[in-house]
Amino acid sequence: MAAWRTVEGKVHSWDISTGVDGPGTRFVVFTAGCPLRCLYCHNPETWRLRDGVPASAGELIDRAAPFRRFIEVSGGGFTVSGGEPLLQPALTRALLTGARELGLRTALDTSGFLGARADEALLDATDLVLLDIKAWQPQTYRALTSAALTPTLTFARRLAAARKPVWIRFVVVPGWTDDAAQVDGIAEFAASLGNVERVDVLPFHRLGAPKYARLGLRFPLAEVAPPPAEVVDRVRRQFEAAGLVAV
Amino acid sequence: MSLITRTQWPAGDGVEATAAWRGFRGGAWRDQIDVAGFIRENMRPYEGDGAFLAGPTERTTTLWHKLTGLFAEERRRGLYDVDASTPASITAHAPGYIDADLELIVGLQTDAPLRRAIMPNGGYRMVEAGLRAYGYWPDPKVREIFTKYRKTHNDGVFDAYTPQILAARKAGVITGLPDAYGRGRIIGDYRRVAHYGVDALAEAKRAERARLDPRRASADVIRDREELAEQIRALDELKRMAAAYGCDISGPAQTAREAVQWLYFGFLAAAKEQNGAAMSLGRTSSFLDVYLERDIAEGRLSESAAQELIDDFVIKLRIIRFLRTPEYDQLFSGDPTWVTECLGGMAEDGRTLVTRTSFRFLQTLYNLGPAPEPNLTVLWSPRLPEAFKQFCAQVSLDTSAIQYENDELLRPYLGDDTAIACCVSGMRVGKDMQFFGARANLAKALLYAINGGRDEMTGAQVAPPTPPVTGEVLGFEEVWQAYDQVLDWLAETYVDALNTIHYMHDKYAYERVQMALHDYPVRRFLATGIAGLSVAVDSLSAIRYAKVSPVRDETGLVVDYMVTGDFPAYGNNDDRADDLAVQLVEAFMAKVRRQPTYRASIPTLSVLTITSNVVYGKHTGNTPDGRRAGEPFAPGANPMNGRDRHGVVASALSVAKLPFDHARDGISLTTTVIPDSLGRTPDERVANLAGVLDAYADTGGYHMNVNVLRRETLLDAMAHPDKYPQLTIRVSGYAVNFVRLTPEQQRDVLSRTFHQSM
Repeated sequence: MAAWRTVEGKVHSWDISTGVDGPGTRFVVFTAGCPLRCLYCHNPETWRLRDGVPASAGELIDRAAPFRRFIEVSGGGFTVSGGEPLLQPALTRALLTGARELGLRTALDTSGFLGARADEALLDATDLVLLDIKAWQPQTYRALTSAALTPTLTFARRLAAARKPVWIRFVVVPGWTDDAAQVDGIAEFAASLGNVERVDVLPFHRLGAPKYARLGLRFPLAEVAPPPAEVVDRVRRQFEAAGLVAV
Repeated sequence: MSLITRTQWPAGDGVEATAAWRGFRGGAWRDQIDVAGFIRENMRPYEGDGAFLAGPTERTTTLWHKLTGLFAEERRRGLYDVDASTPASITAHAPGYIDADLELIVGLQTDAPLRRAIMPNGGYRMVEAGLRAYGYWPDPKVREIFTKYRKTHNDGVFDAYTPQILAARKAGVITGLPDAYGRGRIIGDYRRVAHYGVDALAEAKRAERARLDPRRASADVIRDREELAEQIRALDELKRMAAAYGCDISGPAQTAREAVQWLYFGFLAAAKEQNGAAMSLGRTSSFLDVYLERDIAEGRLSESAAQELIDDFVIKLRIIRFLRTPEYDQLFSGDPTWVTECLGGMAEDGRTLVTRTSFRFLQTLYNLGPAPEPNLTVLWSPRLPEAFKQFCAQVSLDTSAIQYENDELLRPYLGDDTAIACCVSGMRVGKDMQFFGARANLAKALLYAINGGRDEMTGAQVAPPTPPVTGEVLGFEEVWQAYDQVLDWLAETYVDALNTIHYMHDKYAYERVQMALHDYPVRRFLATGIAGLSVAVDSLSAIRYAKVSPVRDETGLVVDYMVTGDFPAYGNNDDRADDLAVQLVEAFMAKVRRQPTYRASIPTLSVLTITSNVVYGKHTGNTPDGRRAGEPFAPGANPMNGRDRHGVVASALSVAKLPFDHARDGISLTTTVIPDSLGRTPDERVANLAGVLDAYADTGGYHMNVNVLRRETLLDAMAHPDKYPQLTIRVSGYAVNFVRLTPEQQRDVLSRTFHQSM
């Protein structure tokens, strides 16, 4: 039996999605636990590792197997998302390895904060990294996420050196990240890397608010309205001006 | 195969045919009625994109706008107008026009647009109820004729129903039976009218009839002789009806415009004669393409003029109307006619059957705006040209008005000249017909099994008495065995009902002109159907995997269930539940196969409810899966609302496991997604939707309705229907105008799994 099968970890859930967690229709495992506490997070139920359900990589890949053919024909793949997958690097590596063995293209959806925990074997098993860069000013980043920006940038440079395809994800949060200088900072950085295939510019939304209520938590951005379309367009144009593909 | 003798052409030497068939290739189709052969040798596959398409001309827009005002009035009153005193026939009404100066393709069911006809042969009661419901007085003379002198299909059926059938029908364990109106789901090969002209068709029919001459006059032979005589008579009426519009359709069409017109006359004659539950068109687009492309090559037509002909044809198909009762509309939602037209698909020789005219039909949804009719149906194969796939996906994203059926399942079974009747019923055009059979309620039957054959809502003994299931917790084996017995009874009673209905329909409301456009002898299917599959399956799963305790009333009748623990639900690609669904479909079909069928028809089964899932739910008590009494079922083969927890794909894969070999009349899946769940950019959504359709076809999924809608749009349309006269959504197998649904049906659509993520 392949060694990856017995690796255990904690997961929140699995799902099949189309067009939102990487290209095409994908089997997505959401791992439990995240070191960040982003103010706009829409999955607060995945924050704590201990709330996850124990699962082995083998059983999760077995869950994906019945979808293999569908995913292949529809041009999709397998994504490990979270939570923060790199909080459980062994499980994440095992899942990516197992998905590859199943014949699926793989993607890792991460904030990059724990990028140092991704070893070479994990990256080798990854076809695409969906990398969140949540803000450019270190102070803003910390205020928004409760953590430091530098590890994410370091991880981004490492992926660039390894020529690993990356999609940058950037959430436009009015009053937090929509400042033109912030956006330019990320755009210039991303453009300098050379491995960024596209930038997903995602408008902030409040659809996660009911989850906070259910968990008895306060949604910190309850009063922030989603950005107007023209702001989102302007942000996209800034990325495009840096020579990137922004959608 | 119907042979044509040399005497049929008026000119004697086939002079007219030669002119009409100028430039066409091949020969075999010239000597026999063989439209499929003609298409095979002359169709020009088109692999390109939709860039060549033309928008609406001013004429088209003006003509269409003359109708849209009438639609508003029709929506307000329920119907626009009725001719209450002229029983319909092919020739009963004088010619009618929307605007004779503007119309390129002419012909209406009555003498004015949206004016409905009465068709009492199916059942006089239905006519009178329809008239009264909309404030019209029945004509005393018509009533006298159809109550005193002329028996109807409906009368015949009720003369021959057994008490058991009546009880099952009343309880709602068998429902939607076509015993009071036209059965429909018969597709005439209307292309024959255009390609051969009516005289050749009548001649071929005479030859078919002559082949019976040596046979002894047994009941079967006598019936066939009479039917063929009626068919020949109907063809003559068809010719006279066309002549009233100034067209001589005795010979083949000479031009594309004539081809469209002749073909439409064939369809119109059927729609004048029959109030069929589904009046499907067949597979006409790539046939017409040969004529359109020839005229374009000859310089007779521009692209814009070619599109205009199709637009005009589609306008006519959009205003097909039948007089029905509000109860009927409640069952089927919003006045449907199922003028189903099949587009695309692959030929057996590996070429695609997509032509420019496949695109032109889809283009009508832009030129005239979205609409439920004609029911445009794409026969999907992963091998279709990429550009066509993308165009279809784009149309789905823009209009939600098309449905998809798996060409890779249909072609090996029925060949490449197959069309869909109604929603999902496949038939070889002009060679197969079906006896439409509505459906049996499998969820309710499960409750009968638990209650020893008594009805859970009334307590009446409907099925034969058996020992009710006892004990404080339901045991799977015991329930399954009792269910098996109830299903034996159900299959028997159900097929007896269908045999009775179709015997009487042939006798009192025979589809003369539609059957004249079929080969003799025709192959017949007996199309049974089931409703409540997901409820029955989840209930069985609950009984097997969780703990289900029955709650009994004072008479011992089980009226509710307490469920403790989790159970796998159908719709999550989980074999534990999905296998039960497969098992149930196979078991019921096996029972249906054992029944004797009228005219040796071949039994088939569909998992399709149209929108009657709401009404069936109303007639079914609490179920062991936790569903409350009266709650709607899921439509067709769909998983129950909210129980499919992993999105559309997992749900679709559960449905794709249902065995087509045991459900040859089709398996329907309706999906509703929001645009964002298909991708972030318009191009991505198109590519992803096409990818999902490829993968669904590849995994053996049979049918998919695709709605791409925002929940807010539907809510707004409920509040302000006048803002959305053309909002079209797909429900089990066909499309409807959302604003014409009852509020209850609108709420059902909303509460149905709205997949946030695909």
